[in-house]
This record gives sequence, structure tokens and C-alpha cells, in this order.
Amino acid sequence: MKHAPKPALLADSAVIAKRTRSLAARHRKDIFFRNVCRTVASSSALVLVLLLTAILTQGLGSLNFQFLSGPPDPDPAIAGLWPAMMGSVWLVVLTLVIALPLGVAAAIILEEFQPRRVYLRRIHSFVQLNITNLAGVPSVVFGILGLTVFVSMFGIFGNGQEAGMEVGVTYFDQFYNEGDFILEVPVADQAQPVAEPVEGMTVFSYEGTAMALHLLGDDEEWPADPALAKRSLRTWDAPGRIQENSWWYFRLPFGRGVLAGALTLMLVVLPIIIIASQEALRAVPSSLRQAALGLGATPLQTVRQITLPAAVPGILTGAIIAMSRAIGEAAPLLMIAGIVFITHAPGNMMDDFTAMPLQIFNWAGRPQKEFHDLAASGIIVLLTALLIFNTVAVVLRQKLQKPLS
Amino acid sequence: MTTIPTPLKPAIRLRGFDAWYGDFQALHSIDMDLPENRVTAFIGPSGCGKSTLLRWINRMNDAIPGARSSGQLEINGHDVLGPATDVVELRRRVGIVFQKPNPFPKSIYDNVAFGARLHMKATKAEMDELVEWSLRKAALWDEVKDRLRSSALGLSGGQQQRLCIARAIAVGPQVLLMDEPCSALDPRSTASIEELMVELRESYTIAIVTHNMQQAARVSDFTAYMFLGKVVEFGATLDIFENPDCQETEDYITGRFG
Amino acid sequence: MKRSSTGPAARGALKGASSRHFRKWKERGLFSLLNGAALFSVFITLAIVWVLGAETLNFFAQDEVTVGEFFGTTQWNPLLGAEKHFGIWSLVCGTFLVAGVALLVAVPLGLITAVYLSEYAHPRVRAILKPALEILAGIPTVVYGFFALTLLTPALKTLSEDFGSFNALAAGIAVGILILPIITSLSEDALKAVPQSLRDSALGLGATRFDTSFKVVFPAAMSGITSAVLLASARAIGETMIVALAAGSTPKVTADVRDEIQTMTGFMVQMALGDVSNYGVEYYSMYAVAAMLFVITLGFTLVGAYMRRRFREVYD
Repeated sequence: MKHAPKPALLADSAVIAKRTRSLAARHRKDIFFRNVCRTVASSSALVLVLLLTAILTQGLGSLNFQFLSGPPDPDPAIAGLWPAMMGSVWLVVLTLVIALPLGVAAAIILEEFQPRRVYLRRIHSFVQLNITNLAGVPSVVFGILGLTVFVSMFGIFGNGQEAGMEVGVTYFDQFYNEGDFILEVPVADQAQPVAEPVEGMTVFSYEGTAMALHLLGDDEEWPADPALAKRSLRTWDAPGRIQENSWWYFRLPFGRGVLAGALTLMLVVLPIIIIASQEALRAVPSSLRQAALGLGATPLQTVRQITLPAAVPGILTGAIIAMSRAIGEAAPLLMIAGIVFITHAPGNMMDDFTAMPLQIFNWAGRPQKEFHDLAASGIIVLLTALLIFNTVAVVLRQKLQKPLS
Repeated sequence: MTTIPTPLKPAIRLRGFDAWYGDFQALHSIDMDLPENRVTAFIGPSGCGKSTLLRWINRMNDAIPGARSSGQLEINGHDVLGPATDVVELRRRVGIVFQKPNPFPKSIYDNVAFGARLHMKATKAEMDELVEWSLRKAALWDEVKDRLRSSALGLSGGQQQRLCIARAIAVGPQVLLMDEPCSALDPRSTASIEELMVELRESYTIAIVTHNMQQAARVSDFTAYMFLGKVVEFGATLDIFENPDCQETEDYITGRFG
Repeated sequence: MKRSSTGPAARGALKGASSRHFRKWKERGLFSLLNGAALFSVFITLAIVWVLGAETLNFFAQDEVTVGEFFGTTQWNPLLGAEKHFGIWSLVCGTFLVAGVALLVAVPLGLITAVYLSEYAHPRVRAILKPALEILAGIPTVVYGFFALTLLTPALKTLSEDFGSFNALAAGIAVGILILPIITSLSEDALKAVPQSLRDSALGLGATRFDTSFKVVFPAAMSGITSAVLLASARAIGETMIVALAAGSTPKVTADVRDEIQTMTGFMVQMALGDVSNYGVEYYSMYAVAAMLFVITLGFTLVGAYMRRRFREVYD
């Protein structure tokens, strides 16, 4: 059969002529598709240009010092982004501080200590699959998890609105007397009843000096001596309860504070950091590891002194990607903090907060065009921060990247 | 210039052919005629330019950035290098088989029909006929006729390489280029491919690059020894192996090279 | 006199042993810390399942809702006092309408761009296009939401009066732009993983670049590309800020992209913004919706990861 006659498609010139596709048409298709490709690809670049132009034209007008340094305001003309910017800074720093060690540690175990035993290997690949899946969980779901676990802690410590346990806080009752002086009475905790003025009890001036209270009845004359007036109250004077949080104020449950927000963002960025760190560790040539192990270093010493330092540029790049994600993420924060009117930067980890993406969302969702302009200005600030992050990443990578082999 | 003995008709003509990769000149003024319906083997140490030469014959080098050439290269009187040459048409006439068997991740049938379908709009009966003929020609039909629809990746290495040959001849080439077609195969598969080459030369002009001296001696009618981008010696295989003109050729063939 | 021979040297050895001991325990301690960090990720997943599961059970334990109503009806109206309805399908439909529009935009554009980058583009073009796509991928979603609301919707309205101030199309297009870089970069990875030898073979048989790309490379990368599309779909389904800003808050079963709709994520945002008490059926309904969303995206991610692994097995 080796000398079988050639098939019609190769031998019969009539068939060949009839069946052959037009070469010109095939080339036309090729060129046509290349042009389609170019159009499509440049259109995605065009979308980027369009997006940036629209935002710049809309937002540059209201981007001024007032906007950058002031608090939000119902009047769009004087509204500012300062508390949101500071909120974002708190969130990003806290998120990174929590997520980076956790993520790098997990990456080290997954990449550098791959088990040999079969059942351990199963666990290992399960953990790996689990991380892939976490990376695909919508961030809003992490938000709802954070709401339950961090904000209210399943309601273990009460209703979640008020602190069940707290440190770093002082309470005092504050009186405001007829002579326009402030007198303060310290109280042990929030549960104490409101202080009743008693003759001779110790009170503190606004400046903090201890004084003996001088109590006056209804009809007694207000003392003329300013030193006496400073420590005088009428019997019917009633105080207000003041809470003063130190910068290390801490409470359980966390409530809708910065820490709850940062922990929730940590859930979002953890898979990113783990995957990036794993890739960075994987890229370290195994000859380096073997050299260290050959010199008698334990596996952990090898990781700490050889592998990890070599992987630092890659890990930092991952950390910056995670920061970029954290600073732009809005959905989980919306679940945690909602949209609240906040006029001050957070002072401690439990403070209420807003963040740039939340403020942008708030302004963008209003019907008035003036607020849309503010949203655009906010976007410019946010994108500038992202641009800085990415520039830092590029510079770091170039500075730290030494040839490894 | 090396000429070939008369009754044979030259199929591929090279005159003053130079080739570069960027600034590096890979081939220096090649002059030779590859005869029709014969097997011509290219031997020589690694990097001597034999694969480069082969890949210029159907312009596979076009895609490599910085690759260029000058001089004359003709196949059956048609200019290969000129701007008027359509590479798609050229490659249909000049098939190529690579070092590593690389069937497409498709069925055996679709692999063989792939090239033909690109060039022709055939009926199923015509295509069946073509696939069967090509597989028979590549001495693979009997082994795969019952599983034409199963994946080509399930074949053994030798079978895969014969499939690649079947795939190449199904588009109706006049010339077959083979770039170390057996170097990734075991000895038994190599033997079957070599046997096939000897049979195929009745219908095709074959150029083969090989590192294996015995293979060149077994399958080829003519042999070119190349060194540093030049054809050092070209002639009938028997002459080259038994009575080489140049000392270098002899050294290389007898293994005293380097 | 034997004791004297076990003098300082032996004590030194003993001390060496104890410090070795210490080091061993230190290593063990560090090692369990590292293991703990890896297991923490499993703990997160368990926490998600536990929280969503428990609160969803609470939801179905309420008098106002039944499992049959949740999965069997199409009216979603949890906030209207006496007339509460909990038919999840209107939210699911809204979600898939937006995700569908997004995929219609992003799949063709993303795949064509991927083929262009991997098979056609000159290195210089790649050097411009790749960073542009990376920038697009890094833009926060709230920015795309703003884009959809203040640019796309007005543009659509000039095309047709029928578009609402909130509509599925503008949100869907913005989500499409959001997932475009994901589809492009994952598919490009898949296309690049196809061995060069297959391209050479096709070209050697007289294929044009178009033939090579679409009849050899693309089919060979199919499972990797499918994985890319699935992962991007999961992202589109879970996308929140764009739909919260641009899609509206009227749950309904419709295929009309000009309509205002509500997605699952959109409902969750609405609940977070409103002042709903921490108990009651409305509050728990948020968890039920989150559970549904989690299950759907998990399905897409798992199948996507499976396809990706299968693809890697073929070409590694």
C-alpha cells in the first residue's frame, strides 16, 4: 500500500483548483485581524486616557489647600478631605503592620517547608487551595465577616455599641460654674453615677490643679475673689460626663473603629501578600539554600539569613501592591464604618473613622454636581497616593535587586 | 562551487548565500545545489550554521528579530528570498519537521488534516482520503487507523514524529526539511524514521540536519560538511565518508574533531 | 577519681547540650508560629463559613421567611414593614445581568488584546500597553463607579431617553473595564505558556499568523483562558462599589439593561448604610445574601483554579 495513488487533493488538478482557498483572502483576514487587534488594544489605553482626563478636568478646580486640610462639610464650597486622608493613612499602616508578618510567615511555611509525608502534603495543598479561594472571595464578604467578628465580636461583650472592656480611657464629670470656670471630678468608670457636689470634696481645675470645692446655696452671693470663684459651685449645678481617650485607648469589642477596619482590610490583602511572597521566595535560586544547608545551617537559619533577605525586593513589591489595594478598597469599610460624618482625624485605634474611598463614594452618590467635583478631587488625591506607591515599588525593586547567581 | 553529477536535476540552488543574526554572520557565501528526489544530509559541529541554513530554505527565520540574508536561494527556479515570494505558499511547498515531536493537542486525524484545511476547502470524503494516504505514506496508518479521533498526545515519541511527517506531507510539499528529526527519539523509533526517509525520497527532495554520522551515512545520498558557517565539503555521501577531500572533514567524521 | 576526670570539659559539654536544647526549642517555637500563620488562612475561611452559616440559619428561623420563599420567589423587599418579601432571585438576576454585560464587554476585548500582546505585538507596543493595563487594574473600584455614574450614564442618556439615572448597562460596562485587565493578563499568561514549537509547526505548514493564533495557540490555551474568564466572572459577581453607585437599588427580574436593578452586593451596601438594628429579619437577610454570594463566587473560583491547574499540568 505504500505506493497507493496520490489523493485527489494532491494529484487531481481540477480538484485542487476547485478546493484551494484564496491566498489573498487568507492574507486579508490576517491583516484585518491585526488591525482589529490594534484598534482594540489602543482602545483600552484610550479608556485610561478618557478616565483620567474626565477626572482631572472635573476635579482640579476644587483641589486646593482648603480641600486638603479641611473637614467635610455640608457646604461643598468649604468641604475638605483631611479626616478621610488621615483615616486612610491609619488604615493602610495598621493593615500592613498586621498583614505583612502574617503573610510572610505563611509564605515561608508554604514555600520553604514543603512536607514529605503524604497526609501533611494533603494539608499543605489544601492550605494552598484555600489561599487561592480567599483571593477570590468578594471583599464585601470580608466586610460582613469583619462586622461580626471585629466590630461586635459576636456580641460577647455586650451589644457592640458600647465597650464591654476598655483600657487607656479616663472618665470625669465636668461642671461649668457661674464664673465661667470649669471644674472636673474624676470618676472610676463609666458605670459610676453622676457626681453630686459636696462641700470640701476634691475637684480639679481645667488646668489640673486639685482644689477643695466651695459649695454655695441658692441665695448666697457669688464670691468676688477669683481664687474662690474658681472652686465654687451652686448646690443644684449638674455635671456632664466626659470621656478622654489616650492614644493607646483599647476596647473590646473593637466597635466601628480604625482597628476593626484595618483588621478587615488585612483579611482582604492577606492572600495577596502570601501569594506575592511565595513567588518571591520561589524565585530565590535553590543553589543558595543548598549552600547554606551544606554549611550546617538549620532550615530556619537558612530562611532567616539567606532566603528571606534574597526575597525582600519581591516581598516589598507584594506589600506595596497590598497597600495599593488597601487604600482603594471601599466595600469592606462600608460594611464596617458605614457613611458617617467625621470631622477629625482618628486619635487612637478605636476612633471612628472615614477613609478616602468612603468619602469619594459619599460625595459621588449625592445628586449635586458640586459634590461630584469634590469626588473627582478626592479621586485625584487617591490616584496620586497610588502613583507614589507604585513609583516607590519600582525604585525599591531597582535598588534592591542584586544579581543572585 | 560544488556541482552535482549530471543526470540529477537540482531542486534547491544556493549562490553566494549569506545570513546574519543581528551583527553575527551565521552563514558565509554558500554555493550548492541540492538534487531533486535525493536526501541531502548536513553535518558539522554545533553552531556551524546547518540548522540556520535549513530554516532559511522555508524562511522560518523570518520571525526571528534581526535575522536577515543576502544572495540567491531558489527552489525549482522560484526565488525564495524576494519580496514577491509569499511565505505561506512557500511553506506549503517546503515542509519542515522539527527536532522534538510536537503534534498539536488535537486528534490524530485533525493533526494530519490541519495543514490541508488551511489551504483547501475539501469535502469529508476527500479529506478522509488525504489523511489515510498521508498516514500510510508516513508508515503510521496501521498503528492508528482505529483511533484517528483520539488525542495525538497519547502516541509514543516515534509515532508522534511520524505523525509530524504525515502532517507535513499532507499539504503536498515538494521539499521536506528535517531538523535533527531523531535526536529526541529512542533507537527503535529512529530506525523506523530512517526507513521512512529512504522511502520518501522517491517523492520528495529531502534535506536533513543531523549530529549522527551513522545516520547521515545510512540515509543520505549527498552530504555537506559545514564548519563556522561555511560549507567545507559537499558531495556524494559515499565519497565524503570514505574518501574526504579535506582533513577537517575526515577529522570530524572519524571523531577526532576538537 | 573518675569524678575529677569529668571536670570542666564535661560541664562545658553539658552546657553545650543545654544551649543546643534551647536552640531546638526555639526553632520549634518559631516553626509553630509560622505554621500558625499558614493555618490562620484556613481559620479565616472557617470563620466566613461559620458566621455566614449561623446567621443564615438565624434568618431562616425567623417567622417572616421560609426557605421556599427565599429560593422559590422573585420579589425582594425586606424593608417594607408588613409587606416584606424575600425572594433572592431578583437580586441574583440583577447580579448576573451586570456580570453578563461586563463579560460581554471584557471577554472579547480582553481576549483579543491578549492574543495581540502574545502573538502580534511588537515589543515596543507591549512596553506601552502592558503598563497601561496594569494601571487600569490598579484603579480603585470606587473610581470606576464614579466614572459609570457621572460619565457613562449621561452618555447613554443622550443615546436614548429610556436609560434610568441608575441602570444596569453603565454599571456593567464599568465592571467590564474593571475585569478587562484581569482577563487580558491571565489569558496572555496562558497563551505564552503554549510552546513556541507548536507555533513553528503551524507556520511551517503554511499557516498565517491568524491561522496560528486561532487554530493552534488559542485552542491549546483554552483551559487557561477558561480559567481566566471564570476568575474574572467571580470578580464581576462580587464587585460592589460600582453597582452601589451606578446600578440602583430596585431589585427586579429583568433582562432590560436600561432598567435600574439591584445586585446582591448592592443590597448589602444598602443595609450597611441604612440604620437597621442588629437583630430582626432584615439584618439577618444581609447574611443570607452574603452566603449566597459567597457560594456562587466560590464555585466560580474553584472551577477556575481547577482549570488553571489542569492547564499547567499539560505544559509544565
